[in-house]
Amino acid sequence: MSRSRRDSVLNWTLLCSGSLAGLIVLLIVAFLLIESAPALWRVGAARFFTDASWHPNPVSSRGTFNMLPMIWGTLLAAAGGFILAAPLGILCGVFCRFYASRTLAHVFRRLIELLAGIPSVVYGLWGLVVLVPLIRRLAPPGPSLLAGALILAIMILPTVALTAEAALTAVSHEHLRAAAALGLSRAATVRSVALPAAWPGILTGLLLAIGRAVGETMAILMVCGNVVQTPDSLFAPVRTLTANIALEMAYAMDDHRSALFVSGLMLTAIIVALVALAARFSPERADA
Amino acid sequence: MNRALLILTPSLLLASLSACNPGANRKPQESQLVLTGSSTCAPLVNEIGKRFEKQNPGVRIDVQTGGTSRGISDARSGLADIGMASRNLYDSESALHAFPFARDGICIIVHKTNPIAELSDEDVIAIYTGKKTNWNEVGGGRDAPITVVHKSEGRSTLELFLKYFKLDNTNVKPSVVIGDNQQGIKTVAGNPDAIGYVSIGSASYEAEHGVAIKLLPMKGIVPGLGTVRDGSFPLSRTLNLVTREEPSGLALTFIEFARSAGVHDIIKEQYFVPLAP
Repeated sequence: MSRSRRDSVLNWTLLCSGSLAGLIVLLIVAFLLIESAPALWRVGAARFFTDASWHPNPVSSRGTFNMLPMIWGTLLAAAGGFILAAPLGILCGVFCRFYASRTLAHVFRRLIELLAGIPSVVYGLWGLVVLVPLIRRLAPPGPSLLAGALILAIMILPTVALTAEAALTAVSHEHLRAAAALGLSRAATVRSVALPAAWPGILTGLLLAIGRAVGETMAILMVCGNVVQTPDSLFAPVRTLTANIALEMAYAMDDHRSALFVSGLMLTAIIVALVALAARFSPERADA
Repeated sequence: MNRALLILTPSLLLASLSACNPGANRKPQESQLVLTGSSTCAPLVNEIGKRFEKQNPGVRIDVQTGGTSRGISDARSGLADIGMASRNLYDSESALHAFPFARDGICIIVHKTNPIAELSDEDVIAIYTGKKTNWNEVGGGRDAPITVVHKSEGRSTLELFLKYFKLDNTNVKPSVVIGDNQQGIKTVAGNPDAIGYVSIGSASYEAEHGVAIKLLPMKGIVPGLGTVRDGSFPLSRTLNLVTREEPSGLALTFIEFARSAGVHDIIKEQYFVPLAP
């Protein structure tokens, strides 16, 4: 095989796999649009924000479709988990890269990887039997926004920690040597050299983490209480868009079923908005 | 490698397309029966189906859950040979044929340590509409906020509960919303202040196996197999097999089998109630 032919084969292979990945995303979005079209058409997009409540089943209730409380539920639970996990995860990465001894760093990394590998339903079960009763003692009923945020924080912590550590490891040695030559302390090196240099990588990790937090279903379903309401406190139960789909899909017909696909569409929109937001904060990535 | 990719790509696309179609339109063969519907009926019908398969080699009974509404609509559209419904047919559904094969009841459950002996219908309504929020107010004898466990939209348990208590779901003020009976039992068993409602079959099974729940009587009638069978327990329901046309062939044989005394042991094993003692 000639060199140019090999090149073109590689070229096509890469093009195929690249467009396959892109195509799948487009197919899923198209599928969501097709499935939610009946509800958007018959119910109307506005009613998903202005209706009195979420009681979509025409038999057992009256067919009202307000999704706003669940959008809040999704955003608040994810934000809560993110606020807890982001600083903690970045600090874990810094500790692992700059402060821990070689052996300790190795053990620590393995532990974090283990944390990342635990299936979400196990986190949910743990939350249901340990975390929820604890919160119930503080402020009943127990299943709450707080429980959801805590579970999400534990779940996304490893993503943040591992990507932060990888990004910090990738910081060029010349930068670190230059910092050492300037006589900077370890703390100053981390703060003013390593973290800024690793920031794009850390940001990618944060984005992945919040994406996982927004999309998490099983654990959230078990600890959040699933009441459709805009939470007025940390201890109020909430329902997220993902839990809504998982809870009602098996029993949904007609407009109700279609409305659940609108939940999915909404979820996709939230993720798209988050990616756009992240692109704004990262100048290196904005033009990519 | 490249050829493998060429073959893989379209098949992946096909797979993702067909995955987009839940409850795929599978045409049942002559020796196969497809049953869909009520999640209350499904485990029971599944067991009955297994015995039916054993007695009729070559026959396949395919049971899928998805709720009574799905069972009714699948029977009507012909997607399923037989639909399963955990309630009687509504007037609007009278064009279908229904064959009762067992009975089931819903009962109110609380935590085992809850001292309350019985709740009146009015109290249950007041609790579920948020008018009474403390066990003190319903004669519970202690100061503790009530955790109201409610079912999510579309479940037949929810429909029956709302209908019996003449509640509008928009007025219900739940503290926790759950999916299936199991999740309901786990939630109540894990919370001394909770109240919930689940199918009597699963509740009495779990209670006998040491799960920390208590089944409350209604109008003085103890929830149990006998009171559900004779219909004296207020919150009880009939499990039905539903077909579009007068059943014939394999469907008829199966329906007759499911209603025969030969499956009573299965029905009892699953804590449902056979129609005849």
